[in-house]
Amino acid sequence: MDIDLSFNAMTMTAKQFGEMTKTMMRETMVATGGKKVIDKITAPIWSWGQRNSVYPLHFGIACCALEMAAAGGPRYDAERLGIVFRSSPRQSDVLLLNGWISAKLRPSLKALYEQMPSPKWVIAMGECTISGGPWYDAYNVIQGADTFIPVDVYIPGCPSRPEAMIQAFNMLNRKLTAENRGSFLDD
Amino acid sequence: MSQVIVYDTPDRSVEDIARDLKSKFPAVDVLKAAPKRLHVQVPRDISFEVCKFMKEGLSFEHCSCVTTVDYIDHFTVVFHISSWTNHILSEVLVDLPRDDPTVDSITPLWGGANWHEREAYDLMGIVFKGHPDLRRIMMPEEFKFHPLRKDFIVGRRV
Amino acid sequence: MSSDEMWINMGPQHPFNHGLWNLRVKLKGETITQAEPIIGYLHRGWEKMVENRTYSQIVPLADRLCYGSSLSWNHLYCLTAEKLYGIEAPDRAKYIRVAVLELQRITSHLTWLMAVGTDLGSYTIMTWSIRERELFLDLLCKLSGARMTYNYCRIGGVRNDYPENYERDVLRVLDEFEKRLRDLESLMDENEPFLMRTVGISKMDGKTAMNLGLTGPIMRASGVDMDLRKLDPYEVYADMKFEVCTHTDGDVYARYRVRMDEMRESMKIVRQALSETPAGPIRVKVPRCPPKGNVVCHVEDPRGESLMYMVSDGSEKPYRLKVRSPNFVNLSASPPMLVGFKISDVPAIMGVMDMCIGETDR
Repeated sequence: MDIDLSFNAMTMTAKQFGEMTKTMMRETMVATGGKKVIDKITAPIWSWGQRNSVYPLHFGIACCALEMAAAGGPRYDAERLGIVFRSSPRQSDVLLLNGWISAKLRPSLKALYEQMPSPKWVIAMGECTISGGPWYDAYNVIQGADTFIPVDVYIPGCPSRPEAMIQAFNMLNRKLTAENRGSFLDD
Repeated sequence: MSQVIVYDTPDRSVEDIARDLKSKFPAVDVLKAAPKRLHVQVPRDISFEVCKFMKEGLSFEHCSCVTTVDYIDHFTVVFHISSWTNHILSEVLVDLPRDDPTVDSITPLWGGANWHEREAYDLMGIVFKGHPDLRRIMMPEEFKFHPLRKDFIVGRRV
Repeated sequence: MSSDEMWINMGPQHPFNHGLWNLRVKLKGETITQAEPIIGYLHRGWEKMVENRTYSQIVPLADRLCYGSSLSWNHLYCLTAEKLYGIEAPDRAKYIRVAVLELQRITSHLTWLMAVGTDLGSYTIMTWSIRERELFLDLLCKLSGARMTYNYCRIGGVRNDYPENYERDVLRVLDEFEKRLRDLESLMDENEPFLMRTVGISKMDGKTAMNLGLTGPIMRASGVDMDLRKLDPYEVYADMKFEVCTHTDGDVYARYRVRMDEMRESMKIVRQALSETPAGPIRVKVPRCPPKGNVVCHVEDPRGESLMYMVSDGSEKPYRLKVRSPNFVNLSASPPMLVGFKISDVPAIMGVMDMCIGETDR
């Protein structure tokens, strides 16, 4: 904790003040062992809520997007697993990339990723997002989404079947269970 | 708008149209006049007049496509223009010198050629004189090269 | 510019876009005064990339031009390559191609209907269309092994013959689909909000449509009776008995109506093709390098006229392969359709145009 700041509370901006209080509270809770107690109660509930309602962004780039749409259809029915597509990046948890990423799209995609509030995850669906796919030597295709944003789950396939997408969400589910995020003080 | 425009049997044959075109513009070279296909080679300076005559006199109503090919020592612009009245798909080839890739735009005649010409400018660098809005369409505005040219070597990571 | 006019960016990420493109509209209040589509977000340089692949390696890449109706692009490429080589597919392959292409047309129109449902906010239309589409995807998966990018046509024929009992399965699906199509249509034709949002919106007359380069169902909805399957028949379409579906109003409802009628006509063609398929080989051998020359070939894609122009210099890779996508031109002709209407009409107008940005941007 930055002890200097605590004496200059009047010269801080609102954002700095918020960060200072959060850091102060967090360090106090960790030092006294209070965080562990709170986490034991809240982590299972928080984590259960997060993993059963993963909201992807309504973002379809190319071929794999049609399989994503089919996964939301009556046969594969992703909605029973808590996967509800949201239209705005501010309301979604996971960025489901499906299709080749061109150089013109890259700044928009970075902006979308940064607009999503944390905690957030990224699922790379299809060969194009993993490594550039069949367009690996094109002049306008980025060879893989993980060159500029961190990716959590990779789904191979060209195009990936809807069952593969649902399996990826299951893997993300297990990852969230393992992470077991605790109280509101975690980022 | 309550009547339907129908295209049944062709009005004129391909040979007829080829003869008409050749008699009006002797500099035009008819490369092929097969059923439903008419390929002509046109010099650059009369390309707009030939296309205008094709639209108004020979009832070619629809511009299917504007293509460009980079033969290393020259460019070729290919206009694919269809006549549905006569059931013909024609191919009009115009050769351009490598150091002066400009040609008259056919957008004033057929609005369908608008974006095709913009794409040809973007990817190959051909300048269409008389185009209402010639700017890049696929690549970002700041891109300095013309990717489809043969001297643009791909093979580097983006 | 007066103070109540402003430019709005609809895209590239927008719930009603199918694929990524940007629509800039200038609004005066809620009415659109100018519109400008901006594309290029999905440009991958397809035409440059195929100059580095052999002719048979391009067959699966052609699939991914428009993934909504990938068989028609696959087939167009194979047809163009066959013209360049100077060979023809055997008769059985032609009949198989026609039947499968029409099945793909129905699937593509069902994908369009799913998009229309999403755009107009009617999730029932979307869910029912996906359900019917799954029936056809099962058929095509049984035939070729993939759900979406089939890679089924080859230069010189098709990849494999019909599997066991395929004709019986197809006819069963078509009978079932005919009943369900009636249900789907009644969901829209007897639906007052749907009619309010589509009848009389965005009229375009036939002559303007032709001049702007529009082809396909949108042009036929404006009263122009032109279908490349009848005007310049390829494969065995000259022997197939079907009607060209047109409508005279030229508005959004007409464009929707034309596609629903086309689905019925496609079913007729499939039934006829299945019953008339002769026995024989399904593929001919093809040399590695084609002769020098250039060739052009155009077909009736579910979205309009698609054309490929191929230039060969005698080597095993093409020198230039140009793709004319119908969606590219349809999109360029969309500003006249949008001007004068409200911004809430934009999803209805653009949704009914059946956009697939993969082929627009290539």
